[in-house]
Amino acid sequence: MLKAKTMGIIFANMHDASVSEFTAIRSMASLPFGARYRQVDFYLSSLVNSGVNQVGVIVKNNYHSLMDHMGTGREWDLSRKIEGLSIFPPFSEEMSKDIYHGRIGALGSIIHYLSDASAEYVILMDCDHVANVDYEELVNGHIDSGADLTMLSCSLPSNSAMEQNCVVVTPDETGRVVDLMINTKAPKGSYYSMNIMVIARELLVSIVEDAISHMKISFERDILTAKLNDLNIRCVLHKGFVKRIYSMRSYFEASMSLLDADVRAELFTPDKPIYTKVHDDPPVKYGLESKVANSLLADGCMIEGTVENSILSRGVKVGKGAVVKNCILLQDTVVGDGADIEYVIADKEVTISDGTELKGHESYPLYLKKYEKV
Amino acid sequence: MKDTIAMLLAGGQGSRLYALTQNIAKPAVPYGGKYRIIDFPLSNCINSGIDTVGVLTQYQPLVLNEYIGDGKPWDLDRLYGGVHVLPPYQKASGSDWYLGTANAIYQNIPFIDRYEPKNVVILSGDHIYKMNYQKMVQAHVDAEAACTIAVMEVPKEEASRFGIMNTREDGTIYEFEEKPKEPKSNLASMGIYVFDWKKLRAYLIADYENPDSNSDFGKDIIPNMLADGEKMLSYRFEGYWKDVGTIDSLWEANMDLIDPNVPFDIWDDSWKIYSRNSTNPPQFISDISKVENSMVCEGSVVDGTVDFSVISYGCVIKKGAEVRDSILMPGTVVEEGATVQYSIIGENAVIKAGAVVGERPEDIKDLDKWGVAVVAPGVTVGFGSKVKAKAMIYSDVEGGVETC
Repeated sequence: MLKAKTMGIIFANMHDASVSEFTAIRSMASLPFGARYRQVDFYLSSLVNSGVNQVGVIVKNNYHSLMDHMGTGREWDLSRKIEGLSIFPPFSEEMSKDIYHGRIGALGSIIHYLSDASAEYVILMDCDHVANVDYEELVNGHIDSGADLTMLSCSLPSNSAMEQNCVVVTPDETGRVVDLMINTKAPKGSYYSMNIMVIARELLVSIVEDAISHMKISFERDILTAKLNDLNIRCVLHKGFVKRIYSMRSYFEASMSLLDADVRAELFTPDKPIYTKVHDDPPVKYGLESKVANSLLADGCMIEGTVENSILSRGVKVGKGAVVKNCILLQDTVVGDGADIEYVIADKEVTISDGTELKGHESYPLYLKKYEKV
Repeated sequence: MKDTIAMLLAGGQGSRLYALTQNIAKPAVPYGGKYRIIDFPLSNCINSGIDTVGVLTQYQPLVLNEYIGDGKPWDLDRLYGGVHVLPPYQKASGSDWYLGTANAIYQNIPFIDRYEPKNVVILSGDHIYKMNYQKMVQAHVDAEAACTIAVMEVPKEEASRFGIMNTREDGTIYEFEEKPKEPKSNLASMGIYVFDWKKLRAYLIADYENPDSNSDFGKDIIPNMLADGEKMLSYRFEGYWKDVGTIDSLWEANMDLIDPNVPFDIWDDSWKIYSRNSTNPPQFISDISKVENSMVCEGSVVDGTVDFSVISYGCVIKKGAEVRDSILMPGTVVEEGATVQYSIIGENAVIKAGAVVGERPEDIKDLDKWGVAVVAPGVTVGFGSKVKAKAMIYSDVEGGVETC
């Protein structure tokens, strides 16, 4: 049980730039992941499973796919008369042609939604991590600790691509954050922020109002770093599976980690299911000559060829004699008879003609954009 | 006001499915991995533009009630109309169970009257098929018929198992024979009727007032209308249609989905079959598995061998296990080295390691010697035990035991 009523705010477009191939036509929140999900599913499902029934999603660009996916929020049981899901597209006020910049501006644009809410606490989330987070534990821990703000963080192996877009926190022995750095490597004893934070709603409203009146833009730079001494900012470590998506390669690796049974057991626990929009696809049909090994498949696929170490979204067709190895094929991709593909990430509705041979590399998977015909 | 509404008869026990319908009504029996039988008539309704459906329930309705819910999965949650579950209810004078198919509709005259429909389509919840009811209604209206009955051609030698319609050249029916010994035609009734509501309403009331009636459409209403010279039209249906009222036919209907020679396409986007979806992760087919000629649903994890089988959602087939020519209903577990063949395994049943369920027939045509073995939902078949062909397992089987 949550010790106090809590709401969630999801920033759908933060980190779009890190997987720009995918986000040319969608937001980070609607990035397809794990054969049948979108990034936002993990956040919405974990929130609902933790007892949060009010979620606001702030979208800025390319949000058609996300709005289509979330609809009224019914699949997450968030289609409610009272509270439930609210989606906030940009709102430009009279006289101003510009829409907001940065997290503070985005929160400023929904300040009335925040001030009118009855929740005591707010969880702020970006959509760049794959995890099944226990928000109940996070919020209750935040309340018990007496902190002003609690950042959920994790320890991940560092690499240069990741350092271009991250927040690093260094706690003291009590868990209070004593140093907070942006876009750098995490030194020993430090952790990467998962861009998930809990804060009292009234405190958040006052911080945002103050920041706007002082023309501050960056939540990390102007609020968190600037107020390390004034605010009691703590960090807690996420236990369990977590992957961060910060590049195509990390997307590929995070996806492939789902082929590990232990990872699936941590991410897809029966008591905390991940919900998603349903498409009424029929079951997967395996043909006479099909050979499938170590692969994840969503409903609606038709397999007549060979599939190994791959992740196939809904409605993917693999023709006779075709070979698919180490690939991620998104919705309705068709692999023609006798085609041979390896290390390919195919976006939705890609067609790979009969007999085509396409090879990427583990360190640089070949990306085919939506509707592409090869 | 609605032009056409549908009434779906879903109250039958389905006693010939034995162990599979102990606790659920026949229309709620799982089919095709992710469906229940009732998904087919409900999907046909919405795909045919019929947005008001009364579902008449009586026998073991709990699973069916929860499954239908507000009708959202079939887009049948409507401000006016939509799907309504109709159990028998108490009235100021004379309350009773549904005494027959016609009586069930009779008891719900007030429900139908609320929509003032011109036509009422009567459907049953035990057939697998895709059909555009709107075309049938149109034929019915064009012919100004009192009743239109969907018929299909069956092989002459099987005609005596069906209700046979004898028709004139213009398709009107002059005679109805229930399971005739010497059939005059091979046009079998599919149990799908369109009635002019005013006419049907009058016949239902007359039938209720007749103490000798069975209150059945096939035995009473249709023959009475014929006898009165009402215009009865046959509507020819061509395509896949299967009554899944018996263990063998349920098994066959599932197998038809994976048989490339059977023209039944549930992958057709223009005629989707909707269902209440489970919340499961994608299916995982491991590198020590072998899956061929089969259908598998989400949430299933396959480490063993699957051949010519339908594996529903949430099933587990462990290392060295073999599932052949069988149907695993949702949530079943087949443990290490167990063998399941020519069987139907009910929801959430567990086949323990090394157990053998069902037998491969030596001669598939020798129907006396072989048959499909059935394990009831929730039953555990113990370590190394053996369940013979045709067996009907209602309760747990201890380890090492042989049953038939």
